[in-house]
Amino acid sequence: MATALKGGILRFLRHRPAVAGLALLLAVLLAAALAGVIYPGDPFAIVGKPFQPPFSEHLLGTDTLGRDLAAGLLHGARTTLLVGVVATLIASVVGITIGGLAGYFGGRLDSLLMRFTELFQTIPFFLFAILLVAVLGASIRSVIFAIAVVSWPPMARLVRGEFMAMRNREFVQACVSLGMGHTRIIVVHILPNTLSSIIVTGSLMVATAILIESGLSFLGLSDANTMSWGFIIGSGRTVLRTAWWICAVPGLAILLTVMAINLVGDGLNDALNPRLRSL
Amino acid sequence: MNSGQPLLSIQGLSVSLPASADRRHAVDGVSLDLWRNEILCVVGESGSGKSVMSRAVLGLFPSRHVQPSAGRIVFEGEDLLQATPERLRDLRGNRIAMIFQEPMTALNPVLRIGAQIDEVLEIHRSGDGAARRARVLDLLAAVNLPDPQQILSAYPHQLSGGQRQRAMIAMALALEPDILIADEPTTALDVTTQAQILLLIRELQRKKGMGVIFVTHDFGVVAEIADRIAVMQHGRLVEQGSADQVLNQPQAAYTRSLLAAVPSLTPGPKRDFSGQPVVLSVNALSKSYRSGGGLFGGRFGKPGRSVDALAAVSFSVRRGETVGIVGESGSGKSTAARCIARLINADSGQIMVEGTDIAALSSRALRPVRRRMQMVFQDPFGSLNPRRTVGQLIAEGPIVHGVNQATAHARALDLLELVGLERRAAARFPHEFSGGQRQRIGLARALALEPAILVADEPVSALDVSVQDQVLKLLADIRNRLGLTVLFITHDLRVASQVCDSIVVMHKGRVVESGPVADVYARPAHAYTQALLAAVPGRHWSHDNDARSAAAPAPALP
Repeated sequence: MATALKGGILRFLRHRPAVAGLALLLAVLLAAALAGVIYPGDPFAIVGKPFQPPFSEHLLGTDTLGRDLAAGLLHGARTTLLVGVVATLIASVVGITIGGLAGYFGGRLDSLLMRFTELFQTIPFFLFAILLVAVLGASIRSVIFAIAVVSWPPMARLVRGEFMAMRNREFVQACVSLGMGHTRIIVVHILPNTLSSIIVTGSLMVATAILIESGLSFLGLSDANTMSWGFIIGSGRTVLRTAWWICAVPGLAILLTVMAINLVGDGLNDALNPRLRSL
Repeated sequence: MNSGQPLLSIQGLSVSLPASADRRHAVDGVSLDLWRNEILCVVGESGSGKSVMSRAVLGLFPSRHVQPSAGRIVFEGEDLLQATPERLRDLRGNRIAMIFQEPMTALNPVLRIGAQIDEVLEIHRSGDGAARRARVLDLLAAVNLPDPQQILSAYPHQLSGGQRQRAMIAMALALEPDILIADEPTTALDVTTQAQILLLIRELQRKKGMGVIFVTHDFGVVAEIADRIAVMQHGRLVEQGSADQVLNQPQAAYTRSLLAAVPSLTPGPKRDFSGQPVVLSVNALSKSYRSGGGLFGGRFGKPGRSVDALAAVSFSVRRGETVGIVGESGSGKSTAARCIARLINADSGQIMVEGTDIAALSSRALRPVRRRMQMVFQDPFGSLNPRRTVGQLIAEGPIVHGVNQATAHARALDLLELVGLERRAAARFPHEFSGGQRQRIGLARALALEPAILVADEPVSALDVSVQDQVLKLLADIRNRLGLTVLFITHDLRVASQVCDSIVVMHKGRVVESGPVADVYARPAHAYTQALLAAVPGRHWSHDNDARSAAAPAPALP
């Protein structure tokens, strides 16, 4: 396991775009972590005249009400990453559980769980997320919940497929004939063998979650008391032609972060995918 | 025959491997001649370089890192290694044709058979559609396919394995090549189909006077078909000569060891179990598979098809006895093993293990019974979890049955020694071992629970002949030492004759014949058993060989 892990890390590091993505992602994490140090106080505070362009009085200028864009960007990074990671974790747990049970036991349970999954997949996911937040009220919790609810089905389908393939492998049959229980077979034997696909898909789900969160806060369907990138874009959209930077700065931040996560995901895929590995 | 110019001359051919490989050359300085109107068998175990060498003739190399580094391949005065890609394309199929091992993957699944053969004609020779169609029909008839008209418009998946291989041969022969390269063409086929295909290749070769390079690992097949034999090991040619010479007076020590490892068709000494109690018996075991059912199956459209995988199968095994279930693919032998091990559930029937009927036990009630009956699997690569160490794999069975960790791990080390591996192996992962070593690990895992009964599902069919011989000897040795009762599933009648005390012959889900191995082999009663025995490749040679080795000091058999 240790050597396999080391090999995986080495393969990842040889993947240049992935390393660039990782560096970018670390920069975003650092910014989120240091937001309170660099810009202490409330990012909603009005610090000067509205519509100041970047590199004048404030580093990235000010927005429609005279709030510091750089402060908003750093504090917003916290929200964005928090929502992305937590929503993905919840969605992964739900998806792995449902997909794993369906794939392992098959038969009637599989049909039942998959019809249930399809129910979620037939509804356009963004509209569904809007609906959930509208019903539950605009708060960080409901945004996270809504994103998790709309993003678990692909994970469930992936895990189901992997489990079905593993279920018929001889080493799993050997476990059955040794008299092991289902829980042990699933947790100790099958899950570790599907982990690489789960990590890759999970990393890409974070990117999608960030996009959904931005979309929701752009529409004003997010916690009004929490700064986020989508919120800044939403507040600047009416003045796009006169003060373009209000939308452009957080927009660029979203673009770079999502791209970084995708690059890292691709790198992980190459590093962990056993089919590309030469044993 | 060996006068004038050889048809093809391989001179000092070396094919280099990438720097990361465990040896420098896939093929190392091989010189061979192929003459018109002969079948040259290239024999070797996996990794001997036999496939790489034969494919080099067509300029087919597995990757751009595996390239010829020295030597010449001369065909009609031309060095094929120097030929341009255009020239090679012109020769391929036209003058030198190839048939592959796996007829399913070598044919394009979305094209009709007729279209695929026609394509070969279209590429190399102009001729109008009607003429080509007539030629395709001729070819299909020449390879003895029934109803060529219908085959013409069939897709590959609609044909059986043997029919697909015949279609492949028709395609290879479409342009009447001078040289046919056959890379393990019968390895994926059942033994009766294999016999027919070998006969067909022999016939066509004689009729057209072709030179055939026949690559195989199976000395039975070699004895059946070869005019001359070349034996390869680790990329080098260790011996070549006429079939009679190599098979009956082998010079190289490696050839002798390979030949000695071929299991004999003559059963070993008879052991008597009539006084022993029956520990495993199967009564009227049935299992059928339905296909094409689906959600609305049976109600709309055509009803699902039902296939009897097992139809009222009955047999019994006495304590200490080894019973072989033999049959071809689709005979239900593996399904029987899996039902008995309760990996799948039978539809009806009894499975009596030491007096208890386990066919209907719940999975919880089954757990203590599982200790008594363990399974050894076929695939040495798929049957071990790649993420667990060997020690964990072996110790896990006892641990789930309540043995404490330390005891189980200590016992795992002893078991590794028992199956002929080092105790150090416990800390390593399965991918660090060869196929034969992995089968030993699988055996150790099964033995960890101290079972009374071992169900072995084709445990040696994925192994090279010399490794197979070692694993079979180990299995027999352990069986005798521990007094194990073994149910041994195999398609190979040679293996069955060496391992089994009695055999059960299955065909299409039914038991057609059963009895002590020596009796069944000497006097097969059922027509199917007779056909199976008649199809064992190289049986005449092995009879001679057995007679000879019986006179000479016999190689030690357990």
